[in-house]
Amino acid sequence: MKFSLSWLKSWLQTDASLDQILATLNKIGLEVEGVENKAEALKPFVIAEVIEAVQHPNADRLRACRVNAGGAELSVVCGAPNARTGLKVVFAPAGAVVPASGMVLKVGEIRGVKSEGMLTSFRELGLGEEHDGIIELPADAPVGENYAQWAGLDEPVVEISITPNRGDALSIRGIARDLAAAGLGTLKEFSPAPIKGEGASAIQWANEFPEAAPWVLGRTISGVKNGPSPDWLVKRLESIGLRPINALVDITNFFTYDLGRPLHVFDVKKINGRVLTLRRGQEGDTFPGLAGKEVTAGAEDCVIADGSGAQSLAGITGGEGTGCDEGTTEVFIECALFDHVRIARTGQRTGIFSDARARFERGIDSQLLPAGLDAASAMVMAICGGSASEISEAGARPAWTRQASLRFERLRSFGGSGIAAADAVASLQRLGFGVVAQDAQRVTVAVPSWRNDVAQPPSLDQAPGLPGGTEAALGAAEIEPEVDLIEEVLRLQGLDAIAPVSLRADTLLPAPILTPKQSRTYLARRVLAMRGLLECVTFSFADAAICALFGDAPESLRLANPIAADLNQMRPTALVTLAQAAARNLARGQADFGLFETGPSYAADLSQALVAAGLRVGGTPLSALTPARPFDAMDAKADAMAVLAALGVPMEAVTTQPGGPSYYHPGQSGALMQGPKTVLARFGTLHPTVTKALDLPANAIAFEIFLDAIPEPKRRKKSAPSLPAFQPLRRDFAFLVDESVGAEAVLRAAKGAERNLVTHAVLFDRYQGKGVPEGKISLAIAVTLQPAEKSLTDAEIEAVCAKIVADVAKKTGATLRG
Amino acid sequence: MQSDDLKSLVEAALPAIAAADAGALEELRVSLLGKNGNVTLLLKSLGGMDPDARKQAGAEINLVKTQITDALLARKTVLDAASLDAKLAAERIDVTAPPRPDSTDAIHPISRTMEELAAIFAPMGFAIAEGPDIETDWNNFSALNIPAHHPARAMMDTFYLQAPEGQRPPVLRTHTSPVQIRTMLDWAKAHGLAENAPPIRIVVPGRTFRADHDATHSPMFHQCEGLVIGEGIHLGHLKGVLNDMLRAYFGVPELPVRLRASYFPFTEPSMEVDIGWSRKTGEIGGGTDWLEIGGSGMVHPNVLANCGIDPRRFQGFAFGMGLERITMLKHGINDLRLFYESDVRWLRHYGVSPLSPASLHEGL
Repeated sequence: MKFSLSWLKSWLQTDASLDQILATLNKIGLEVEGVENKAEALKPFVIAEVIEAVQHPNADRLRACRVNAGGAELSVVCGAPNARTGLKVVFAPAGAVVPASGMVLKVGEIRGVKSEGMLTSFRELGLGEEHDGIIELPADAPVGENYAQWAGLDEPVVEISITPNRGDALSIRGIARDLAAAGLGTLKEFSPAPIKGEGASAIQWANEFPEAAPWVLGRTISGVKNGPSPDWLVKRLESIGLRPINALVDITNFFTYDLGRPLHVFDVKKINGRVLTLRRGQEGDTFPGLAGKEVTAGAEDCVIADGSGAQSLAGITGGEGTGCDEGTTEVFIECALFDHVRIARTGQRTGIFSDARARFERGIDSQLLPAGLDAASAMVMAICGGSASEISEAGARPAWTRQASLRFERLRSFGGSGIAAADAVASLQRLGFGVVAQDAQRVTVAVPSWRNDVAQPPSLDQAPGLPGGTEAALGAAEIEPEVDLIEEVLRLQGLDAIAPVSLRADTLLPAPILTPKQSRTYLARRVLAMRGLLECVTFSFADAAICALFGDAPESLRLANPIAADLNQMRPTALVTLAQAAARNLARGQADFGLFETGPSYAADLSQALVAAGLRVGGTPLSALTPARPFDAMDAKADAMAVLAALGVPMEAVTTQPGGPSYYHPGQSGALMQGPKTVLARFGTLHPTVTKALDLPANAIAFEIFLDAIPEPKRRKKSAPSLPAFQPLRRDFAFLVDESVGAEAVLRAAKGAERNLVTHAVLFDRYQGKGVPEGKISLAIAVTLQPAEKSLTDAEIEAVCAKIVADVAKKTGATLRG
Repeated sequence: MQSDDLKSLVEAALPAIAAADAGALEELRVSLLGKNGNVTLLLKSLGGMDPDARKQAGAEINLVKTQITDALLARKTVLDAASLDAKLAAERIDVTAPPRPDSTDAIHPISRTMEELAAIFAPMGFAIAEGPDIETDWNNFSALNIPAHHPARAMMDTFYLQAPEGQRPPVLRTHTSPVQIRTMLDWAKAHGLAENAPPIRIVVPGRTFRADHDATHSPMFHQCEGLVIGEGIHLGHLKGVLNDMLRAYFGVPELPVRLRASYFPFTEPSMEVDIGWSRKTGEIGGGTDWLEIGGSGMVHPNVLANCGIDPRRFQGFAFGMGLERITMLKHGINDLRLFYESDVRWLRHYGVSPLSPASLHEGL
C-alpha cells in the first residue's frame, strides 16, 4: 500500500515530520517497506514539445524529432510509434541517468541522425509498467519545466505492508486514523453531503445471491462527459504508481485507495437490458476482464450479469465489455458489500489479484456504502458533469452491533503492561471504539464498523474428542474480543514499555533439553565428522527419476506443485541428494571426500525416518607415509559401525547380512543387524547403474544408519570389569572354508567356543590361490585366550584350541589348513 | 718384574687405548686383561715371589690393572656415545614433512546453531520437540487459526502432495508451528481439565518448506519455534525469553531487542522481533538500525481452543525465527543458497569442529 505525504495529509492534520510518521507506522504495525521521492531521480527530466516528428531517413522503426525543451532546439531520434508533431513529452537531456536501466544518456548519432537526448516512457522513469510508447502529457504542460515537480512527484511516497487482518488500513483515511490514534495529529472529518438524486436509476439491481452480496447500492449518472482526469487526480494516482485511464475509472481507483471503498463503473449503454443481476456463475460465464485476461466464473463465484451474461466477477474484476471509456455518457456506479470469505475463495481459485479483491477479502466497512456512493457520485458530477439518479438497492444494511470488553487487570496479567486504564480507554476511543459502559474494573466498547478484525464471531476448528473441548470453545469466545482490545492498546501505547521477565527452569539445574534420541543424533554427527565426513543439509525433495534409482518414487510422495521439475519427489533416502551433491563437487574438481547428513527419509505411507546417511568418493588422502587407496565398501562398514558403537549398540551382538537394496552393489553391500529382524544400518558400494546415471566414480560407497531403529541403551550400571592378573596368550589358526562362508561366522564360532577364555578373535589374513582348493578360501585368525583364575597348562591350551577348531568346523564346515 | 717394565707397559697401553676404535679396544682388552693378557700374566707371576716382594709387586700390578681398566672403560664410553650418535644421525627423518593425513571434517553450521539453541534454552526449562515434515492441512493451517480462505494462506506458498481420494492433500509444513499443535493436543489429552497441569515449554527446530526459490528464499529452510503455555504467562515473559536467548546466541550482552506490532493468524497480539545492528558494518548490536529476525506473539485463544485448552485458564506465547537467518547474521554468511549446495569448500569454511563444544559454560 502506497501513499504520498500530501494524500495522507488530506486526512491527517499533523505537524509531525516524515521521520516521526515513519517511526510511528512501524510501531503500530503498519510496517514501512520503503520511502521514495521520485523527484530526486527525475531531476534532469523536463517537459518538452515535439516541434516536428518525421520518419527517420535510414530506419523504418525510428522517428527523427525536433524538440523544444525550453532552450535551443534539439534533435532526438525516438523509437516510439506515438512520437508525433505537437506532442508534449518528457525529455531527458544528455547526462541524465535513466532510472529504470541506470543508463547514462550521451549525445550521439543514430543511423546518421543526431540524437541529443531521449523521449521517455513511464517504464523508463520507473513510474509504471507501461511502455507502449513515450509519455503523452496534456497540451497545456509547461515546456521547459521540471517534469517531476509539475507531475506532483516531488514529495515522499511511503510504501507500507498491510497485514491480512487490517482491511481498514488499505485506505489512506484508515492509515491517517491509526496515526491520529497513535498521537500524531487529528483525523479530518468525512461527511459527504447526501445526494438524493432524481428519478429511478436506469439500471436496477436484482440479487439472486444474497449470501455473496448482502447489500448492494448503485445509481446512474447521466449526461456525463468522460475524458482525462484533472491534474490533481492524475497526480494523486501517479504518485502511488497507478496509471490514469479516464475520469470515471480514475474516480473508482481514487476511492479504492482513499477510503478503502472499491467501486465499479458500468457504461449504461453497453449493458444489455436494464437489470444487473447478482447470481452464481453458470456454464458459459466467460468474459474478457479489465486486465485483458479471459475470466471464467464458477458456481461458487458471484457474478454481475446483464441480459447477455456475466459482465463482472463480483468484488474482483469488472469486464471489458461494459467498462467506461471516452464515449461514456451515462454511468452506473456499483457500490457493494460482498462476503469476504467468498471473495477470498474466488480470488484464490482464479488467481486474479486486484485492489478490489485485496479489500473485500479482508473485509470492508459495511456501513460506509451510502457515504462512499455519495462521495463518488459527487466527484463524478464535479468532474464529468451529469445528474444523479436515485439509488437502486438490493439487500439491506447489515446490522453492526459488535461489542467487546476489557478487564483492565488483563493489561498486566496478559499484556505484561503497566498502562493505566484511562490511557487504554483513550486509545480505544481515538481508534473509533465507543465506550458503552465503564467501571473501575472494566470497559465495554462498541467496535467501529471498519474494524472487521475485532471481536469477530467465533470460528473454531477444534480437534474432535478432546476432554476440555467445550469449555475451551466457551473460553475462546469470551477471551478473544478482550485480547483484540489489548492488542489495540498495546500497539498504540508502545510495546517498548513492557518490562522483560526472564523465564527460569523449575530447578537450578534443569533436566536435559534433548531426548536420548536427539542426543544420539548429535553424537552420530560428531562421530562422522571426526571420521572425515562433511555434514551436509540437502533438500528433502529431488527429481523423481533419480529417486527411482534409489528404489522408490511412489505417487504418494510426489509434489502436486513442485517449484522445479527436478524437485518433485520426497526422497526415499538422503543418499539421493547426497549423491547429487557429490557429483556437483566432483564436477567442481573436488576429489576424495565424504559427505553425510542426519536427516529424514520418506516412505510411501508418508512416514519419515531419521537416517544418518553418508557417501564417500575417491580414496584416502595422498601421503608420502601411507599409500593412498581407493575407498571400498568396508570403509562404509567402518563408518556405520563406528556410529553404532558410539551410540552404545552392543557390537558383539551385531551381525552382518550380505546384500542390500537395489541401489547397492549386490556383492559389496550388507546390513548390520541386531537380532534377526532389526536393520540398524546398511553399507556398501553403490550400484553401477546409480553411479553411472549420476556421474559418480564406480567405487562410490555409501551407508545409511537408521537412528530410529537403534534401541535406547539401557541405563544400568556396568558390572565390575574382569581384570585378571594372568598373561593373555594368542593362538593363530588358518581355516579353509567355502568361499561362500563369511568371516563373521568363523570369528563368531571361534569366540563362542570357550566364552570364558576367548576374549578376541581377529581375522588377519584371507588367501585364495596356490595351495588353496578351488572354491575355498583360507581365513587366518588370531584368537586371544585370557585365563581368569590361573595360568593354563599346555594340556589345557591344547584342549581349548581343539575345541575352537571343532566348533568352527561344526558351524562353518571349515577345516584347519595343514 | 721391574717397576720400569710396568711403567713402560702402562705408557704403551694408555695411548693405544685412547686411540683405539671399537675393534682395537677389544683386542687391547684381551691382550692386557684377558686370560693370557700381559697384566693377567704378571698377576699370575706373583705366586712365585716371597711375601714381601709379592706384596709390593702386587700393589703395583693392581694399580696398573686399575689404570688400564679405567682407561678401557672411559674409551668404551666415548666410543659407545659416538656410535649412538652415528646411529641416531643415520636414523634421521624429515620432520618437516607432513604427517599421515588426519581426516577430521566438520559439522554443518545449521546443526551448530541448533546445538547452540539447545544449550541456551536448557536453563530456561525448555524441552526440544519435533514433528514430521509432511503434515495435515489441519495441523499446519486450520488448527493455527488459518482457515482455507484466509489470505495468510496465499502468503505462505505451500507445497502439496497428491491428495488421497476425497481428502485434503497433505502439505509440507510451511512452518514449525504444527509441532505446537501436536504438543498442545497431547497435553490436552493427557491433562484435560485437571488441576495442576504442568506448563508447556518447548523449542522446535526443524525443516520447513515454501514454494519460493531465489537469492534470498530457499524452498527448504529451517525454523526454530518456541512455545510456552501456563497460568500467568504474559507478554513480559515473551520479551524476557527473547532478550535472554538472542543476547546469549549473538554473544552481545546488551543487544537491543525490540518488539514491533504485526499480525500472524496464530498469535494475538503479534509482534515482529527486531534486533539492533549496523546496516553499514553488519555488526550485531552495533549501530542504530533495526533488523527483523523473527515473529512472536501471545498464542491466539482460537488456537488454544482448537487444541482443547481453555484460554480462560491458560495462556502463553510463541515465537519463531529462521535458523539460516540467525546463522548468517552470526557468522557473516552472505549467500543463503550455499547452505544446501554441499560445496565441500564452503562446508569446510563455515563448518564447525565436532570437538568444539556448544555449551554455555564453555562459551558459544
